[in-house]
Amino acid sequence: MSATAEKQNATEARIAGLNLQTDGWSASTRSDAVARLRAMGLPERRDEYWKFTRPDALTQADAPQAALFDAGEAALFEGTDTLSVVFDDGVFNADASDPLAMDHLSIERLAGAGADIHWAKGVYGVLEARGQTPVPRPLATLNTAFATDGVLIHVTGKAPKPISLVYNHSDEASDAILHHVIKLDAGAELTVLENGPAAARFNKVMEVDIADTATFHHVRAQGRDHERRAATHLFARLGTESTFKSFTLTVNGRLTRNECVIELTGDDAIAHVAGACVGDGDFHHDDTVFITHDAERCESRQVFKKVLRNGAVGVFQGKILVKAGAQKTDGYQISQSLLLDGDSEFLAKPELEIYADDVVCSHGSTSGAIDEEALFYLRSRGVPEALATDLLTLAFLAEAVEEIEDEGLRDVIVDRLEGWLERHRG
Amino acid sequence: MLNIRNLHVKLEEEDKQILKGVDLSVEAGKVHAIMGPNGSGKSTLSYVLSGKDGYEVTDGTAHLGDIDLLDIEPEERAAAGLFLAFQYPVEIPGVGNMTFLRTAVNAQRKARGEDEMSAAEFLKVVRARARELKIDADMLKRPVNVGFSGGEKKRNEILQMAMLEPKMCILDETDSGLDVDAMKLVAEGVNALRNEGRGFLVITHYQRLLDHIKPDVVHIMADGRIVKTGGPELALEVENNGYADILAEVA
Ligand SMILES: Nc1ncnc2c1ncn2[C@@H]1O[C@H](COP(=O)(O)OP(=O)(O)O)[C@@H](O)[C@H]1O
Ligand SMILES: [Mg+2]
Repeated sequence: MSATAEKQNATEARIAGLNLQTDGWSASTRSDAVARLRAMGLPERRDEYWKFTRPDALTQADAPQAALFDAGEAALFEGTDTLSVVFDDGVFNADASDPLAMDHLSIERLAGAGADIHWAKGVYGVLEARGQTPVPRPLATLNTAFATDGVLIHVTGKAPKPISLVYNHSDEASDAILHHVIKLDAGAELTVLENGPAAARFNKVMEVDIADTATFHHVRAQGRDHERRAATHLFARLGTESTFKSFTLTVNGRLTRNECVIELTGDDAIAHVAGACVGDGDFHHDDTVFITHDAERCESRQVFKKVLRNGAVGVFQGKILVKAGAQKTDGYQISQSLLLDGDSEFLAKPELEIYADDVVCSHGSTSGAIDEEALFYLRSRGVPEALATDLLTLAFLAEAVEEIEDEGLRDVIVDRLEGWLERHRG
Repeated sequence: MLNIRNLHVKLEEEDKQILKGVDLSVEAGKVHAIMGPNGSGKSTLSYVLSGKDGYEVTDGTAHLGDIDLLDIEPEERAAAGLFLAFQYPVEIPGVGNMTFLRTAVNAQRKARGEDEMSAAEFLKVVRARARELKIDADMLKRPVNVGFSGGEKKRNEILQMAMLEPKMCILDETDSGLDVDAMKLVAEGVNALRNEGRGFLVITHYQRLLDHIKPDVVHIMADGRIVKTGGPELALEVENNGYADILAEVA
């Protein structure tokens, strides 16, 4: 397959100013990625999975500017004991970061010297490349080719505390490309937190390779900046009896495209991916998920909730693919929007493709308004209308938020949501 | 305490008059009952007093003390001391019963300029009140009314009433769907709240609730009006002869 001339031109224009690393262990993967990118070309509106979201701002040569935003509050996971790794506009900040050392794992930078990262070669760009079929994800390939930094984490046991990736945004025109690789050995356990707007434009890939019986938890928040744009990809491959649970909170942001591509390759594995987003006004939020069941008795859950007001737009494209032989698959998918006014919009494309006969898969998508009966009931008990609306909105989001297993982290997310709702009342 | 004068109400969306001049006064410390056939406007009266959308007051007034109820929001009416135990309590998935109760209690306190109840104090009070109504810890934890039986929903209404300590309590068919034991429990809950400063308006279709909650005054409502007012004996008359005789008499 080769890209149209138009796509080729757009792709060349985008990569012209980027620096391709030609030495080190990732060099060959990167040059392969450039070739793959040139063959498919960057996305455009006509592409099947870009009908609901304009890719222009994500693909154009220069990042559109994004005003800085001072939240005037402590960073989200500040109160949690973590190993924190800080990036300012995509640039590693050693002073603000903790020493890169923890029991039961090794952690290094992608841009580091590259002493003993032969394992990373087996994952970097590998899960991303696997995730290109059947749906191309060119922005992730661009990332593999041109990522400037990121972390490489190899987990061999139960990590004693979470790793927290902190993404500060302090330059109005910053254009960051980060790529993280995480490999969990059999039985290993790790929680990764991510927080912050990262840059005016952020392209991020995280590849997570989860061996048999290993467990990976991921809780992410994408900052409070209103004008930032982001395209992120999360690729995960799961072994037998392994667990993957990812939750994303998005408040604000002009444009967000979060793709999640999960492959269940070992029997009895569990993958949950959830998202809660709240948007007011100039806000476009797209969750695109692809889960492949390629083993027996695996469970997958997709839970996405979007609260939209003042013309905010929510998109959900979610697919469950059950391959022949993936018997006893248990697949669940729900995507719902709460439209707080008539101006907002939710576009959903739920898909099921099943080639095994003994499976249970369900999917549902709804769009609704605040339940007037419930609102009156609350008000009749003395709860003011605005607070009652907040309570009902949080109740709507609860199914997604409850996917976060750790109670402390869940409370942090609920606090952030409560704060947002209070600031964005109708 | 509660004064309703010449209240006329129609549906907002339709040209349908439902209340056609209701006059009613409930004094502090008294229990008034309203009985009447289905469709006579009893629930409509309770909804209009508590401020539900969808109704238009075309004439008349309703005051709680010197507060003009029809002029203020539902939450303000509640903070002023009005409480409606719903005929059909609403299920609210995702909102815990306990969170709901505490939010309501503290919102009312805040509106009245009082201090909020601390979490510990609230827990103590709610547990004691719940025990009296045989509401277990599980029901307090579950989402509001979700998966509750009919009787559990009604007991949950009375629990809310007990926690909010309103001045004026309106109970809309709180007895419907209850077995005898549950009705006794509910009646005990109501009787425990009876005092000199509090008024009750008990809407019921049947006399049997009034065996347990003894009314001072009984009103018969038909076709959007109070057509007859009397003592507790009026309820017995309805019980024995139905509404037909009374309606024929006033027609
Ligand atoms: N929201 C509504 N929409 C349509 N009809 C209504 C509405 N509320 C009340 N009504 C009508 O008004 C009349 C009185 O109803 P209601 O107040 O529920 O009576 P009751 O409680 O005495 O049985 C009935 O004819 C009922 O159908
Ligand atoms: Mg009724």
